[in-house]
Amino acid sequence: MSDILAIQKRATEEWQALQHSQHPVIYIGMGSCGLASGAGAVWNSVQKALLKSKRKVDLIKVGCIGPCYLEPFLDIQLPGSPRFIFNNVDAERAEKLLDDYLFTGGAKLKPLGHLGAPEGKINGTESFWDLPMLKNQKRIVLRNCGIIDPENIMHYIARDGFQGLINALNMGAAGIIDELKVSGLRGRGGAGFPVFRKWQFCRKAKGSPKYLICNADEGDPGAFMNRSLIEGDPFALLEGMLIAAFAIGATFGYIYIRAEYPLAIERLIKAIDQMKNSGFLGKDILNSGFDFDIKLKEGAGAFVCGEETALIASIEGHRGMPRTRPPFPAISGLHGKPTTINNVETLGTIPNILRKGGEWYAGYGTEKSKGTKTFALVGKVRRTGLIEVPLGTTLREIIFDIGGGTYKPFKAVQTGGPSGGCLSKDYLDLPIDYESLASAGSIMGSGGLIVMDEHSCMVDVAKYFLRFTSQESCGKCTPCRIGTRKMVEILNKITEGKGVMEDIEILENLAGTINMGSLCGLGQTAPNPVLTTLKYFRNEYEAHIIDHRCPAAVCRDLVEYRVIKEKCTGCQRCVEVCPTGAITGPRSEPHNLDPEKCIKCRACYEVCRFDAIAGDAIVIE
Amino acid sequence: MADSLNNLLSKYPQNDEGSLIPVLQQTQGLYGYISKEAIEKISSYLRVSRSTIFGVTSFYSQFRFNPPGRNSIKICLGTACHVQGGDFLLNALQLEIGIEPGQTTEDKRFDLTRVACLGCCALAPVMMVNNDIHSRMSVIKIREVLKKYE
Repeated sequence: MSDILAIQKRATEEWQALQHSQHPVIYIGMGSCGLASGAGAVWNSVQKALLKSKRKVDLIKVGCIGPCYLEPFLDIQLPGSPRFIFNNVDAERAEKLLDDYLFTGGAKLKPLGHLGAPEGKINGTESFWDLPMLKNQKRIVLRNCGIIDPENIMHYIARDGFQGLINALNMGAAGIIDELKVSGLRGRGGAGFPVFRKWQFCRKAKGSPKYLICNADEGDPGAFMNRSLIEGDPFALLEGMLIAAFAIGATFGYIYIRAEYPLAIERLIKAIDQMKNSGFLGKDILNSGFDFDIKLKEGAGAFVCGEETALIASIEGHRGMPRTRPPFPAISGLHGKPTTINNVETLGTIPNILRKGGEWYAGYGTEKSKGTKTFALVGKVRRTGLIEVPLGTTLREIIFDIGGGTYKPFKAVQTGGPSGGCLSKDYLDLPIDYESLASAGSIMGSGGLIVMDEHSCMVDVAKYFLRFTSQESCGKCTPCRIGTRKMVEILNKITEGKGVMEDIEILENLAGTINMGSLCGLGQTAPNPVLTTLKYFRNEYEAHIIDHRCPAAVCRDLVEYRVIKEKCTGCQRCVEVCPTGAITGPRSEPHNLDPEKCIKCRACYEVCRFDAIAGDAIVIE
Repeated sequence: MADSLNNLLSKYPQNDEGSLIPVLQQTQGLYGYISKEAIEKISSYLRVSRSTIFGVTSFYSQFRFNPPGRNSIKICLGTACHVQGGDFLLNALQLEIGIEPGQTTEDKRFDLTRVACLGCCALAPVMMVNNDIHSRMSVIKIREVLKKYE
């Protein structure tokens, strides 16, 4: 244990030196969302400017801090001053910021917030954590994301990293499991099974070796919580795996991660390397006699592999098809040995529970759903990004207080990915916890929250999900394989304006059969998007079927585009973008749109600056 | 081709079905796709039947059986991208380059795949060309983006 004290001391010194640095420090958010918004170009331009100036400045990569809509982020920390955050920085603005803060001086450009204290103003700038999007959040699992350098183990250690592991090693397996029981932590992958119970099963199971698998195959479209956590704080996940492995008695672990997440994979590889070098992985970890090693397995793109038995089949090199349970993986999993599978967020939360105690964690959340949960808040909401809130927070608080509401009137929110459902505005005051969501016909899922406004067609959304599950169905169970396809066909018919009222009944019948006749969660829950939209938005189905119109003007066959003569200035922009030459007209005169030639690609609608293109819901006679 | 594939295979234990997916991933990394010849070689090395290999390869969406183009376009059709108009983007893109998902243009400049989610949902809709993610895309930005890739 003396080694660890020495490492902790060194880490604290390094972190303090950075916080109170004698020269400026610049942090750039380089998570996938940051990079997608142009953080790479910002990084290059800052690097170039610093080289030219020959000034000593530290440049540090950090992960995603949450509000993706404000990416890329650049933070400047001057000697004797806290870190100030600037948003929506591009290469040009970065140069201006450097000029303003480091070179010519003046510091006139106003920052978005500071990271100096959890609240209060500094030099007239609000604390970042006081911003409307962050004020009502409680960051436990995300505590380091965007703050530390995810490629530097010292930063993690300095912020009490591995303290949970040290406590765990002292408590012993039974003590850890008890602490988790007190914490009330439930699986964050979606099903919400109590974590302590899963571990207990595996610990008691006979057989050796035992395996631990981290499920990082974040397959739900519209969800990126795991990606952000791994990119921003890979050590938290790895520490959680160490604690889990110690508790269940596993000596080997796999991380099954999507190949679509190259940056997360890179960060994990670096983190694992550093942990091996510092004695946190490998043989006799921290002189405790506990051995553990981790291997990465890249998923090859199959949604069904999120199901635990399918995931195991995939690691073994087979087609990822689920099998019947029991036996549960805790008894007979990978290579027929006892195996525990936990989600990234579950594992990332565990170090915090072991560090601050189960009771502390159980202080957040509701009676049956304890703690906090991360959500990917996306879709037609003003402030998109990654958030973490105590369970029991209402949908209204999340969408309107944190997310800032929608631009057009709110229509629905989709939770739980393809297995979940769409809830209408009547459910905005529903507290988010496992039971409440289930009672409304949806599920918690892994944490995608997709907000929709009146420009979203709910029949189209249901069709989208069913198309997804029918494509991702592994094909083992006939009701799922054929049934979801049949549902897509019917939904296609309805969105083309050719549906009949009996179709709704057939959909409901099929939903029941698919639910009952499927082996795994994919099939059992596949009809949920249709069932919930039928329950809460039946009028939209009826509009498509009876009136042959799509109220949201989304379904292509039920929409016709036209030029609004009074608004068209004849600027020709739409003429230029139209791929089929459907729009014609001389400059400065209202244009003509030939519906015969129009392929409804929507280019004109998007390019028009005068709102002179209308997508009208049409009625098919 | 034979040498580099032999090289790759030698890093894995023989007769081990568990290595099949990593081997296929590496093979695709090497050639851009899984050819018939590669399947035969892998089959005799790992002692897994060709039909099993075909079964596994066709099961996972990552693998392709035809050579990719010089630039690979992945269009994201995740939920957030869908509600922000991902379908319109795909349609317009198909029109622009004249191929459907799973195909490669005749001049080998582009291949097109649709993916379930790239995890950049907050910046939807997105598309990825090679390793660059283009966020907040729209139908009218397509030409401008494609210009950068020859």
